[in-house]
Amino acid sequence: MSNQHRTTREVTGTTTREESRAVMGRREAIVGVTVRMLIILTAVAFALFPVLFIASSAFNPAGTLSTGNLVPPGVESLDELVTNFRALLVDDLALYPFWNWILNSFIVASISTSLVVLITALSAYAFSRFRFRGRRSLLLAVLLIQVFPNLLAMVALFLILLEIGQLVETIPAVLPFLDFINWNWLNIFSLNSLGGLILVYMAGAMGINTWLMKGFFDSVPRDIDESATVDGATNWQIFWMLIFPLVRPILAVVGVLAFVGTFNEFVLARIILRDKENWTLMVGLYNFISADFNRDWGKFAAGALVSSVPVIALYLSLQDQIVGGLTQGAVKG
Amino acid sequence: MAAANKQARSPVGGLAFSDTRTLISIVLKYAGLALFSAMGLIFVYALLRDDNLGLAVIFGVITIGINVIFLVPGLYPLRWMAPGLALVTLLVIYPIFYTVVTATTNYGDGHRLTKQQTIRLFERQTFVPEDARLYTWDVYQNEGGDYGLWLARDLEDGSREVLFAPTDGDIFEVEDAPEEPPESFEGFTLLDRAGRAQALVSIQNMTFGNPEDGAAIVNRTQAARPLGQRFVYDSEQDAIINQETGVTFFADNNEGVFVPRGQSQTQALQPGFRVNVGLENFQRLVEDARLLQPLIGVFVWTVAFAALSVLTTFTMGLFMAIILDDPRIPLRKIWRSLIFVPYAIPGVIGILVWRAMLNQNLGLITNFVDDVAGVRINWFTEADWARFAILLVNLWLGYPYMMLINSGALQAIPSEIYEAAAVDGARPWQRFANITLPLLLVTVGPLLIASFVFNFNNYLLIEVLTEGNPPMAGTPTPVGHTDILITYTYSLAFGDRADYGYASAITIIIFAIVLVITLLQFRFTRQWEEVGENV
Repeated sequence: MSNQHRTTREVTGTTTREESRAVMGRREAIVGVTVRMLIILTAVAFALFPVLFIASSAFNPAGTLSTGNLVPPGVESLDELVTNFRALLVDDLALYPFWNWILNSFIVASISTSLVVLITALSAYAFSRFRFRGRRSLLLAVLLIQVFPNLLAMVALFLILLEIGQLVETIPAVLPFLDFINWNWLNIFSLNSLGGLILVYMAGAMGINTWLMKGFFDSVPRDIDESATVDGATNWQIFWMLIFPLVRPILAVVGVLAFVGTFNEFVLARIILRDKENWTLMVGLYNFISADFNRDWGKFAAGALVSSVPVIALYLSLQDQIVGGLTQGAVKG
Repeated sequence: MAAANKQARSPVGGLAFSDTRTLISIVLKYAGLALFSAMGLIFVYALLRDDNLGLAVIFGVITIGINVIFLVPGLYPLRWMAPGLALVTLLVIYPIFYTVVTATTNYGDGHRLTKQQTIRLFERQTFVPEDARLYTWDVYQNEGGDYGLWLARDLEDGSREVLFAPTDGDIFEVEDAPEEPPESFEGFTLLDRAGRAQALVSIQNMTFGNPEDGAAIVNRTQAARPLGQRFVYDSEQDAIINQETGVTFFADNNEGVFVPRGQSQTQALQPGFRVNVGLENFQRLVEDARLLQPLIGVFVWTVAFAALSVLTTFTMGLFMAIILDDPRIPLRKIWRSLIFVPYAIPGVIGILVWRAMLNQNLGLITNFVDDVAGVRINWFTEADWARFAILLVNLWLGYPYMMLINSGALQAIPSEIYEAAAVDGARPWQRFANITLPLLLVTVGPLLIASFVFNFNNYLLIEVLTEGNPPMAGTPTPVGHTDILITYTYSLAFGDRADYGYASAITIIIFAIVLVITLLQFRFTRQWEEVGENV
């Protein structure tokens, strides 16, 4: 963007900003920049202050909120510095299955993201490449669906998963001759299961992602698939071997952002996952301190640091794509 | 390649719908469809038997739909969408219908199950009839934690009957009828005196053996069998009869309870069952002032919160975007990344950290304000401070995104316009008000509306930061001063006393508001695009 300004100046001689700067004179310019820098530094402090607070609490061996001081007291040894991390990751696993939570979060986020990318890519390909009756209405439906975030229907989603779980008991009761099948597999998709949560996340991501991907596919020239058709390729071959690889880089970015969004999701996970072992990282971290805000503060901070640093790094590296409209309408969860 | 496989253009343009067919793929397709249909039919049947009409219809629709899509050649494009369509039908469209339907029922604590399920629940209950045979009992437990009951009694002819009753499965006679129960028996271990006393709590209401031939503990020393079925449903009278007392409980299909004729609701069997109550939930909402007043309060705060959030984050974001939009500032990209950090932190974590810093007794900020200004702010017990805290935290969370968007939009404004303005002698403030802001709103406007809708339903922030507290006084349902509609709904549905029906009625109000705003946005966006083109 600074380049843009520079070229503008070169081409047109002066823009208003450059003009006013010329009038302002050097001294005022320095004052202006200084004022701006002060404001920027204040904003940076406002943004980073809570982050520093987590970091200092995480390394503070006292581990309670009451000692919550931004500067940790004198720490004697490295061992003392990692007290909270050791408690969280090694010692207190019976109390807080932290590794379970991490694993659950990864399972849920990776499965739902990859399936969403695949399923919506299929739909988007059909929308992009085939012309059929009802295409317009279906596209409109896709647009309308994403108006209602599935968070709004959380009561209904909770009850529907509950009812799916009830089938485990109902089917053997009303159809005794089907006893040879173990209907417990349905529990994978019931309440308090990762499968149920994955389904809910997937359904919620359908609308917006189908819409986005249709846009990507539309940007691939149709000449490519027409020539492949002439060569005798089937639709599936065209999709899977030609078009999909072409849009893969952009899908990767969408996938990473969707992964992070799912990884961070808290509300639906909290409603659907009831047992400690099934919690995702965010639900676990929340429950950590909702019980006793003071006692477990240090461990919470350690967990928060462990789980947010990778996410922050990822987001910062994808900053430009986030503004670039890739995440249109995808709001932070 | 040979032209034999070449596809013709379909009449509607685009490519013809066809895939190569091999025998294996055809067999796989029909086998898959058959399996899917069988599973679907089993679900539909089981759900219908459970009175669960809604889910049955949805599974039916999905099963039939998938079959039609894969069997009718003209629907080829839909095959690509089949998984997505099934998922959306089950977990996006159906929940919306479900919410609407639930809003017209009394679904909630005390009325959780369907009538059939409730009857089945009652019919499982047993009682000890007068003519039951009495035994002395000992209790065993296996490694899986299941209990087993050792029953013994002396028969009239002097011999001894000894039985073993597992939790599930047939009661069987123990061979040779030993006098004393052995230490271990068929994988079970005998519990000692202390273990027996401990186990009594959990086993005293259990039924051992099969429903037809069960045993139950009567008191500390005695158990009895066979048991009688306490409740029997009579479909002709549509009533449940208590076999022990002979009382008949008639189904009241308006209220969803089984109640003796002429008796009040308090005499009804617990639990009741789920029934349609029409618009009663909405009626309650409007007519009961104790419900309506908090709802109006919540609604006003929801709108105010969403609007103020958009206003503060947008203003701050724009301000910072303008500040940073100066090429003379060193390391601009780094500053921008650092300011962006709050947006990148997982929401729950960011909010919880603020909650800790604002903690009334120990919070860093609370202490700091106390030290500097000498006042201890009650962030979460005073309504106004709680609201201020919410807006502050939301500003922290939300303005980096606005800043990024605004700086993108600022760069998109052509500099020629500023030149023209400069020629006309416009002052900086005039340039901002008459050029920058209107042009910015064209691009950013739709995002502001989206942000409004998002904050309107910003469950996460409210629930994690204040949980809706401080509570309002004197309301029949739990509601707080910082509750927004969606958190209010949640506490109604998942609070101490679940009331899904009433919660769904409020959800429908939220649906309607969101729908109206979004439809307006669709119209608005088109208008704004036109405005943009004219510039």
